[in-house]
Amino acid sequence: MIISWPILAQFFTALFCLFFWARRDIQRILSLVGSFAALASAIGLLLQVQEAGIQVMQLGNWPSFAGIVLVADLFSAIMVLITAFMGLMIALYAISDIESGQEAFGYHALYHFMLLGVTGSFLTGDLFNLFVWFEIMLVSSFVLLSLQGNRPQIEGGMKYVILNMLASLTFLSAIGLLFSVTGTVNMADIARQLEVVAPQYPTLIIALAMMFTLAFGMKSAVFPLFGWLPASYHTPPTAVTTIFGALLTKVGVYAMIRVYTLIFNQLDTLNYTLTALLLISAFTMVVGVFGAVSQFGFRRLLSFHIISQIGYLIMGLAVFTVASIAGTIFFMVHVILAKAALFLVSGIVKQLTGTNDLKQLGGFYNNNMALSMLFFIPAMALAGIPPLSGFWAKFAIIKAALESGSYWIVGVGLFVSMLTLYSMVKIWTYVFMRARPEAYDKPLEPMAVNDRWLRWTPTILIGGLTVLMGIYAGPLMALSTEAAEQLMAPAQYIGVVLGGAG
Amino acid sequence: MNRSLILMTATRYLVPIILMLSVFILLRGHNEPGGGFVGGLLAASAFALYVFAFGIKEAQRLLGVHPLALIGSGLFISLGSALIAPIFFGEPLMTGKWIDTFELPGIGKLGTPLFFDIGVMLVVVGVTLLIVFALAGEDEQLGGGS
Repeated sequence: MIISWPILAQFFTALFCLFFWARRDIQRILSLVGSFAALASAIGLLLQVQEAGIQVMQLGNWPSFAGIVLVADLFSAIMVLITAFMGLMIALYAISDIESGQEAFGYHALYHFMLLGVTGSFLTGDLFNLFVWFEIMLVSSFVLLSLQGNRPQIEGGMKYVILNMLASLTFLSAIGLLFSVTGTVNMADIARQLEVVAPQYPTLIIALAMMFTLAFGMKSAVFPLFGWLPASYHTPPTAVTTIFGALLTKVGVYAMIRVYTLIFNQLDTLNYTLTALLLISAFTMVVGVFGAVSQFGFRRLLSFHIISQIGYLIMGLAVFTVASIAGTIFFMVHVILAKAALFLVSGIVKQLTGTNDLKQLGGFYNNNMALSMLFFIPAMALAGIPPLSGFWAKFAIIKAALESGSYWIVGVGLFVSMLTLYSMVKIWTYVFMRARPEAYDKPLEPMAVNDRWLRWTPTILIGGLTVLMGIYAGPLMALSTEAAEQLMAPAQYIGVVLGGAG
Repeated sequence: MNRSLILMTATRYLVPIILMLSVFILLRGHNEPGGGFVGGLLAASAFALYVFAFGIKEAQRLLGVHPLALIGSGLFISLGSALIAPIFFGEPLMTGKWIDTFELPGIGKLGTPLFFDIGVMLVVVGVTLLIVFALAGEDEQLGGGS
């Protein structure tokens, strides 16, 4: 039963926010209480999965081949937990960051519907249901993105909508084709059927794998399908950018990892697709980081970094060993935290100065040491400086790549790491170290005490976690390895899901 | 606005018929094609027709509540019916629970799936009318509390 709690918590929160449509104060409290409930149930779920193995719930008590099934293995549980944690943090930050006009248009309800979609995507064991959760997530994110309705938002939102619709279409057609081969949309059942069917249609299976890669790749902004991300992510309020950057692209990566480990794990398919994935990951990393280096907007630069980090995640998947998948899971949690912390700092800077343009910023090191540290730590973590979380994350993936003999991708990864460091130093120099250009030197906006609490608490907590992740890298890596072992040995997953089917 | 007498007169007769038909379709969804989604679309089309004939203000007066309230209560009813099984019987979410002892004439057995469907119907009516009202020109009411 606990497997459905994170979903229900988000659902009820969104629902009650609808009921109190006109009462923004109540919505804020509901949003916090609901996020807290989601976090508590996500922790409960992770503990349960660790203790008792993969959790399954047959919705409606239908046999699993006929009905929709919720499944939580360790990977799902970890992702649900990080989603709930980020949900609570950003709910806190949003109270200060979101203007009352947007709240009146249902910001809080939409926010929790989006988190509902994300949580559901992580927990479902049914391919068509995954599509539905994706849509819940995307439709709410479309609105969140353009809630202020100004020109750049509508422009970015259009690209976002059109490309993601295209991805959904591809995803849906791929589900249809897969259904025509296997006669089921239950992922575990598909995997079991493919063991028999795949040798008959080897090329069709490869084509299907590539269709899923295309669909999920577009959603997770890999090369060359990332155009929508930098066009749209810097336009909404910081709270929205942060939760988008932290979670939405990762759902695409999650889905990719899920279908590759569970469904398209035949040797023939893998030989073809993993090479493609490796190339995609290299281009994604390089293009993302070059895009970032050339930017002069604080948030635009960080948005390009999302793309580059997705490249690392895909690289971990493409190497396709237990160690590399474990590294990917660890990396995913690390990058969610580090990137969110940086976005939140950019939001504070924006609030203090009224601008996000690097050329107009400066002098923060001298007059705001605490904020500088809050930027510096996650930035170094992102660049992969030991002993912070990013170092262990990259170390794990690169070590796994070396062990499997993909030397050139290691070279690319390290090169991109250098450029990541360079672009972080660029922000560091422009915003923090140098004096503010005289032309733009005006006093900082005062921040109300409330705002200060609401903005600093999540920023400090998330930034602190990137440090803790570095210190407790050992146990966390052990957990990721356990999750990766579950992923790479799908027989257990299939057995648990279909066990009830008889 | 220029109103058509024929359309207004016809609408007065058609709206109750369409609404009754939508309830019929909803209940028919038990065992045959039909159900909350189609029923909801039909009911919404009745109100849309009313908008064409009498304008938005009149249609909103006929509806009596804000479409958002319909969406909220519909979701609540559906979710509530899904939670009956886990709370009272310890079975998975959304398990259908039926009262076996009696049947209502014309409706059949009562059970949680019926309420799930009623919830779906309300959501569909709410969403469709929200769009219809917005498209028909009165977007100021969308702001709600502002």
